[in-house]
Amino acid sequence: MANDKSDVLHGSLALMVLRTLDTLGPQHGWGIARRIEQISGDALELNQGTLYPALLRLEQMGWITSKWGASENNRRAKFYEITRAGKKQLAAEAKNWERIADILDRFLRPSRESV
Amino acid sequence: MRRLRVLCRRLFSLLRGEELDRSLDDELDFHLQMEIANNIRLGMNPPEARSAALRRFGGVTQIKEIYRETRGLPVMETLWQDLRFGWRTLRRNPAFSIVAMICLTLGIGANAAVFSWMEGILLRPFPLVTHQERLMAVAGFNRGAPGHTAVSWPDFQDLKKNCTLCDAFIVDRITGTTLSIGERAERSPASVVSANYFDALGVRPILGRGFQPDEDFGRNAHPVTVISYQMWQERFHGDPAIIGKTQMLNGMPHTIVGVAPAGFHGTFVGWAMQFWVPVSMQEMFDPGGYKLEDRGAQWIEGFVRLKPGVAPQQAQAEISAIAQRLEASYPATNRGRGIRLYPLWQTPFNNAGTLLPTLGIMLFVAVFVLVIACANVSNLLLVKAIGRRHEMTVRLAIGSGRLRLVRQLLTEGLILSALSAAGGFALAYWCRNLFVFLLPPRGGVAMFLPGDIDWRVLALSAGVCLISTLLFALAPAMQASQIDLASAMKAESAGVVGGGRRKLVRPVLVMVQVALSFVLLVGAGLLIESLRAIQNTSPGFSTSGVLATSIDFTAAGYKEPRVKVFEDELIYRLQRLAGVESAAFARVSPFTNRTYSSAPIAVEGYVTPPDQQLTADYNEVGPGYLATMGIPLLSGREFTRADNETAPAAAVINDFMATLYWRGKDPVGQRFQVKGRGVQVIGVAKISKYRNLTEAPRPFFYIPMRQSAMGPNLQVRTSLGPETIAKELVREIHSLDPNLAPGEVITMQEQVDRTTAVQRAAVAMLAVFGGLALVLASIGLYGVMSNTVSQSTRELGLRMALGAETSDLLGRVMSQGLALTGCGIVLGMAAALASTRLITGLLYQVSPRDPLPFAIASASLVIASSAACFIPAWRAARTDPVRALRDC
Repeated sequence: MANDKSDVLHGSLALMVLRTLDTLGPQHGWGIARRIEQISGDALELNQGTLYPALLRLEQMGWITSKWGASENNRRAKFYEITRAGKKQLAAEAKNWERIADILDRFLRPSRESV
Repeated sequence: MRRLRVLCRRLFSLLRGEELDRSLDDELDFHLQMEIANNIRLGMNPPEARSAALRRFGGVTQIKEIYRETRGLPVMETLWQDLRFGWRTLRRNPAFSIVAMICLTLGIGANAAVFSWMEGILLRPFPLVTHQERLMAVAGFNRGAPGHTAVSWPDFQDLKKNCTLCDAFIVDRITGTTLSIGERAERSPASVVSANYFDALGVRPILGRGFQPDEDFGRNAHPVTVISYQMWQERFHGDPAIIGKTQMLNGMPHTIVGVAPAGFHGTFVGWAMQFWVPVSMQEMFDPGGYKLEDRGAQWIEGFVRLKPGVAPQQAQAEISAIAQRLEASYPATNRGRGIRLYPLWQTPFNNAGTLLPTLGIMLFVAVFVLVIACANVSNLLLVKAIGRRHEMTVRLAIGSGRLRLVRQLLTEGLILSALSAAGGFALAYWCRNLFVFLLPPRGGVAMFLPGDIDWRVLALSAGVCLISTLLFALAPAMQASQIDLASAMKAESAGVVGGGRRKLVRPVLVMVQVALSFVLLVGAGLLIESLRAIQNTSPGFSTSGVLATSIDFTAAGYKEPRVKVFEDELIYRLQRLAGVESAAFARVSPFTNRTYSSAPIAVEGYVTPPDQQLTADYNEVGPGYLATMGIPLLSGREFTRADNETAPAAAVINDFMATLYWRGKDPVGQRFQVKGRGVQVIGVAKISKYRNLTEAPRPFFYIPMRQSAMGPNLQVRTSLGPETIAKELVREIHSLDPNLAPGEVITMQEQVDRTTAVQRAAVAMLAVFGGLALVLASIGLYGVMSNTVSQSTRELGLRMALGAETSDLLGRVMSQGLALTGCGIVLGMAAALASTRLITGLLYQVSPRDPLPFAIASASLVIASSAACFIPAWRAARTDPVRALRDC
């Protein structure tokens, strides 16, 4: 479907979700969405809905678990929590991300030696 | 690992679809409510808040759809839909479905049956034996001579000692005895085996033990036996205290030390063994005296088991090296001799090797029949597709993908072939023991050749089923999906006889069918011709007026002197009977599975190449054998009663041997060496066939039984029938010794015919399947032609209205059908010319390109297809122009 457009986004979205759950602890979908929006400001054009398939994929991979519970306003909500495997994945992904960012950084900024 | 986990979760969620759907609804609903509440808090009014929340969320339905696809396995879900829909479609056309399924069941069933035979007879022939994939048959050979020989016990011991790549050497020499004496003696097959037999094969006796290592040694020192489960049940009624009891075997009481498990039949393809005795008892069960210390006495057939990971070539290289060392150390017995390993399915000394070509042909034929059946079903599907054009058009028009349609049609095909595969398995299961009926009993013992349906056979057949689905369903599916929407939405365009490129698929299928049928018919024709040639070959002895039987002296405990007295007396009595011309004993009766003696010979004045050893087969025969058999004597005389133990050693040679070694000189009166012993030639007999009708001429000689070993096979020259002689024989034998009885009494013709059983089985198979193919191809042709006619009614009507004669229309349709057949025949001819070489091995005095079968196959196809085309052509000719034009 529209996968080719959002593939890069999917990767980073997963990373953002894992990071959010790692920092905030158990959180429901809306909470995660809000947090991502807050952190990224208006820079990220994201349909909140796309979060849910991403959450499902993370759960299928075994990086997060979900559980029904009561929300802050006492409504039934599904809470997501990062697993140990998820933390490991987060660390690995974050490192990978930094490395890629570093490489791209070197490419995009003209180096002093070559000038 | 992760992938597997994801797959599991997805599969699991398939089962709880609805529950998960509700859960997702709840979750998304919660999200929206939270967002709306938040928006209200930010100051929007409720409707505004709601629409902002929905905007922000994106399309709820799309999200749910993506979510569902991620959650489950969409492939599985559509497959399930397709399966249900396909099932309904097939049920709506029961006639089509049943015909298609019968075709496919025949095709898949024939393949599964042949697979099961190959598995049970060739690939894993020995039930309960572990690691059969590492077993290899071992046999000897003489350099420069065709075929194989047995191996001597000392050689076998040396191989075992020096071979590092094999972990077991197993002796398995077929023998047998007579256990029941009534009017007719019943033989029970048995094996002389090495003491490691049961351990090495991984077969544990259910009672008692197998053999112990010391039971290999000591002349006749260990009269012990392990009996088969069948013998335990039938002869001893499952006696639980059987161990330690004794059973007379060949005149010696044997202690029963073990009972083999049910389902273990030994390791000889073709027979179910009844008992086993250790190698030390060789002399009691294998004719020709004590051989355990004689390196020249080759009697062992057996198997080796390779160590894990050892390639057959490596083992062969090592064994060849050992055989070469033996050749150097023991030139007197081993010069020119080697040892060869064979995969089980090529085992030269049991029936695997004999049946291999037949099973090969069967596989070939089964695949052909499957392809023809697939072509037929494909044709049927194409006809059906025409009726479904409307459905397909509508589905395409409302947005179904073409790929999706192809998938749907393939799934329907899969249902058909899966159901047929189930039928095919049932067919194969039912046929698994049928193979043996193609072959007659030999030596009065029914053969044992079970098929084996294990997971490999099932997997292979399932693979065949999948491939055939692709074969028959792909073309119709592709064609159905290529509907041109614009023209299809208009009224059905009227067909024209022979018009339209789109309709090319069906004629091509018919052509393929005709071509394949042609190949099968040519194959059948060639084999029939070859069989006729074989049956017209003279064996070189009388087949009519000569009866053959045998008496099992060994089982009755007779020793050589007693046999001599008995045979003399019996011959004397038989020759006094009215209607009996003559009678003679021999050690081997021609065309039976008993093996001739073979010995190294030396002829004065004939120089042997340095690394070769002249050997020749010979038969020990009684006085008057040649006259009784009707083998002409060319010069000299044949043996009389005077050629006995005290007379000088004498031999009668065949004329082939005379010209080969004496080159025109008269050999009568000359001498030659047999195993180093001088023998005088006293006569020359005309060459005859010795083992089967197709063998090549070979040097062969006869020596008197009394100067060598006595034989149990009796030939009687008589004008009486086998039943009469059998009665007389029983009477005469019983009056001499009630403990003896003759075996089966058959005519020499019958004995000769039994050796052609394999060829006859192949002919029968090919004839049946060739006929089947012819019928299938005719049905296919009929289908295509009658469909063409019914689709072009308007055109035919128009032609009629414009003045075409009935005969014109008849001719037009007929010629079109016959043109198809003609193309098929040309194709088939090319294929047959290329492929009949493959059966050269089964052909006898017939060229694989013999024109006669080609002509007959063409003629029968032309006749069959004329018949198939005639009905549609007749219908075309009777088209009523008025109705045809009005209806369209």
